[in-house]
Amino acid sequence: MVGKLFKDFSLFSAVLILIILAGIFSILYVYASDSIHQFGFDFFTTKTWVPGEDDDGGVFGGLIPIVGTLLSTLIAMVLAVPIAMGIAIFLTEVAFPWLIKPVSIAIELLAAIPSIIYGMWGLFYFAPIVQELFGGSGVGLLTAGIVLAIMIIPFMSAITKDAMNTVPGVLKESAYAMGATKYEVIKDVVMPYSKTAIIGSVILALGRALGETMAVAFLIGSIVTLPGLITDPTTSIPVLLANNFAEAQDLELSSMYYLALILFAVSFGIISFAKFYFLRRK
Amino acid sequence: MKKRLLLNKIVLMLSTFSALIGLAFLFWILGTLMVKGLSTMHWDIFTNDLVQGGIRNLLIGQFIMALMATAFAVPLGMMAGIYLREYSNNNKLAMIVRNLSDVMMSAPSIVIGVFVYAIYVDKVGHFGGWGGVIALTIMMIPIIVSTTDNMLSLVPKEFREAGIALGGSKHKIIMQIVVKAAKVGLTTGILLSFARVVGETAPLLFTSANNQFLTFNLNDQFPSLTVSIYNLATYPDQASKDLAWAASFVLTVIVLVINLGGRYITRNKD
Repeated sequence: MVGKLFKDFSLFSAVLILIILAGIFSILYVYASDSIHQFGFDFFTTKTWVPGEDDDGGVFGGLIPIVGTLLSTLIAMVLAVPIAMGIAIFLTEVAFPWLIKPVSIAIELLAAIPSIIYGMWGLFYFAPIVQELFGGSGVGLLTAGIVLAIMIIPFMSAITKDAMNTVPGVLKESAYAMGATKYEVIKDVVMPYSKTAIIGSVILALGRALGETMAVAFLIGSIVTLPGLITDPTTSIPVLLANNFAEAQDLELSSMYYLALILFAVSFGIISFAKFYFLRRK
Repeated sequence: MKKRLLLNKIVLMLSTFSALIGLAFLFWILGTLMVKGLSTMHWDIFTNDLVQGGIRNLLIGQFIMALMATAFAVPLGMMAGIYLREYSNNNKLAMIVRNLSDVMMSAPSIVIGVFVYAIYVDKVGHFGGWGGVIALTIMMIPIIVSTTDNMLSLVPKEFREAGIALGGSKHKIIMQIVVKAAKVGLTTGILLSFARVVGETAPLLFTSANNQFLTFNLNDQFPSLTVSIYNLATYPDQASKDLAWAASFVLTVIVLVINLGGRYITRNKD
């Protein structure tokens, strides 16, 4: 009797995860349906975000936050991928054995720091440096992208490192015995062997970067205009939601749900793709 | 020949350089926090509430929400993990749940905030601590599922067989042998996931919102350390900025101490 209850409760808990996921999708869709019916797919190509008179109607399009999200993520990925790979290579192939543990822990601590701290630090200490070097007002796409890169590097390098560690020693030793240099071993043995997991980790980090809110909220400038320059302020989906969701009403609120649905669907798609194709767990 | 060796040197140097960049940022961020945090911190911030320029109510509020979320997420997540590892025989459902739970772990936290706004704030008509608790619970469940799943998989099959040989019923074997054997790893997982949700901001912004006063009523707007940091940092006056730095310092210390503590427990075991 207790055993049966225990088993049923465990099954219920497992199914609950599916229920929550389905719930998120359907609730977002229902609340977004006004906006979806009003704007349809034009939502993706419209750049106006203007409430009507007395909060009645208005025209809302997601182009600017969508572009802002994609561009800040792109900048972050371009910077983060090589550095994360470098760190993973350093930790698996280069570092002295006594150095591996402390450096890994340090990098993982970087991942544990709450994102709001990155935002604060970025706003007060990093943005002025970006302004000095690249001009602009300090906050904008570039600053957001760089800090976003710093945030996803530890995550990406941790998974990549684990993947590289699974390469059998015999394979590497055979290559060394043939006279290969360390770089050749990494390029021709380690990388091909751990390729799928590395790609998976990159896509996973991409999914994270798309949805990151707080660090970007401090740094992207939070204004709904298309950026002309890389240092220009703009906004992203999570940031627009974070700043304006609670005050929005009617059609604007519904459009916010539409944005949330788009963000959720995209990151769900990207992360599932990474999980099912590259990082599948048995 | 020379070119190969040179290329090798360059690549290894670049990789060392990347590690240095990573470490440099860690120390830069932590260093800034130390300097700014310690210079702006007074002991009175721990005895005053936000309304008097302190963070006492914020710390208490943040902990209450994170602890409540833990109280819900740990049993649900662990039971789901137990289903995946002990009952499912790796059937199709288990495969789907396992992978979707991993996907949910990386879902944007702001979207979970939006979802909870729709199912809670919109229904009851006001912000409330329960909203924050629900949002954090949803964030925490997949992490606990994944930890449980992984940790139980490390328990040798022989432990379960020994239990069966003793005539134990399945749920007794699970609770008294398997879970017990995985206790250390599970504790670490719970601590790490607590450290992760206690520093969350985005899912709280429009669920629990914030409160200047101390309250224990989860039906009220609930004080939050992270939401306050976000607000205070953008206020123009220096006193608010200083308080934001002090609060950030306290938050980071808490998160990193729990994180390192969690790791330390497992390290002792090895």
